[in-house]
Amino acid sequence: MLSKRIIICLDVREGKTTKGIKFKENIDIGDPVAMAAEYYEQGVDELVFYDITASSDKRNIIIDVVESVAKEILIPFSVGGGIRSLDDMHRVLAAGAEKISINTAAVEDPDLIYKGARAFGNQCIVLGIDAKRVGETPATPSGYEVYIHGGRTPMGIDAIEWAKRGQDLGAGEICLNSIDADGTNAGYELTLTALVSEAVSIPVIASGGAGEPRHLYDVFKKSNADAALIASMVHYQRYTVAQIKEYLSQKDIPVRTFI
Amino acid sequence: MIAIIDYEAGNLTSVARALRHIGVACQITKQHDEIRASERVIFPGVGAAGEAMEIIRREGLDGMIREIIAQGKPFLGICLGAQIILGESEEDGGIPCLGIIPGTAKRFQGTDIKIPHMGWNDISITRPHPLLEGVDTRAQFYFVHSYYPAPEKREDIIAMTDYGVSFASIIGHDNVIATQFHLEKSGRHGLQILKNFCGWNGRV
Repeated sequence: MLSKRIIICLDVREGKTTKGIKFKENIDIGDPVAMAAEYYEQGVDELVFYDITASSDKRNIIIDVVESVAKEILIPFSVGGGIRSLDDMHRVLAAGAEKISINTAAVEDPDLIYKGARAFGNQCIVLGIDAKRVGETPATPSGYEVYIHGGRTPMGIDAIEWAKRGQDLGAGEICLNSIDADGTNAGYELTLTALVSEAVSIPVIASGGAGEPRHLYDVFKKSNADAALIASMVHYQRYTVAQIKEYLSQKDIPVRTFI
Repeated sequence: MIAIIDYEAGNLTSVARALRHIGVACQITKQHDEIRASERVIFPGVGAAGEAMEIIRREGLDGMIREIIAQGKPFLGICLGAQIILGESEEDGGIPCLGIIPGTAKRFQGTDIKIPHMGWNDISITRPHPLLEGVDTRAQFYFVHSYYPAPEKREDIIAMTDYGVSFASIIGHDNVIATQFHLEKSGRHGLQILKNFCGWNGRV
């Protein structure tokens, strides 16, 4: 049976892993390559690296990180952050990433999804969506609005409609992040995740809010999510990947336990 | 030396990287003399069957591949490589492929499954094979695909996987073997199969 994937997210700033809360205030917590190697040993199914480096002259550092990770880690990983063109995508894929995640750039230029999917295959293009609960309005009938620029800029676009459009444009997967839940450790945004994962036929990764194994169980049980993104619950050694998978496995969620 | 056939498809470097990881020399090439001189051949790929076949024909690699397979050289297809060794693919309304193993690459159907089939899934081995030696039956492998191999002959199936349908996830005939899943992205179990291929003499 297809396993539900546990994906660990590493935010990387100038070559160091950092962790922020609600998209603000970041602190450095370690070397992304060493952390990735540790999680690989623990049995993580996939990794995501988000480059949150602000200055463009330090952007090449992420390529070095990708190359080092790809040498050591023989599981899929994706890279997001600052990818704005086919050239950017090509550089990251050539360095050894399996997929690229685009978020702000896709909202500003939806054609980038189409062009990326044509050039590298649908499976390469992950559409990252940052969504916030705003209540039902004519522009956001689902009650969830798309934000860009790391959650700072509301776009007046409905999150569910955008997910469907992204799928039509050729995205192979959606990484759905709840701005409200992000960094709270209080659990995923179940309503949002259920709405999006029912609305599209491509895989959906739930993101934002995971603080304990029960939160992953809830999102797999109460939505059609295919994967769950986690960060701080493993970065601060509260849980290992094996502990999380053991918990899910005992509750009959299919996960890859034989590493 | 292992030749990784270069037909401008996606994951050539990741296969080379996985081989380097297990200490095996390889070269990515479309040069016929280099492929001919190699000890064994890997035929990887992600992307569309139509474009892949176009490049394969343009480079004269179709005849080349038939020639080395007829010679008995160990030959490993991965992902798209497991589909275009079949007779045809359903992609783009029908693409004639290499016809090394009789069969069709079919598209997943149904509203109850997500397409692509993406993630880690089981395989159940239907026929023992030297490449699967030391591979635990509990091991899962990483898949990403929207089409799956449907060989005509039962004896060409080596392992099956369930995803809406039960499909052939490893196929093979004599010195040819192909996995629908990505050996190079499947952690240590994928590497084990890759290692086994590097020591395989092509006989079953």
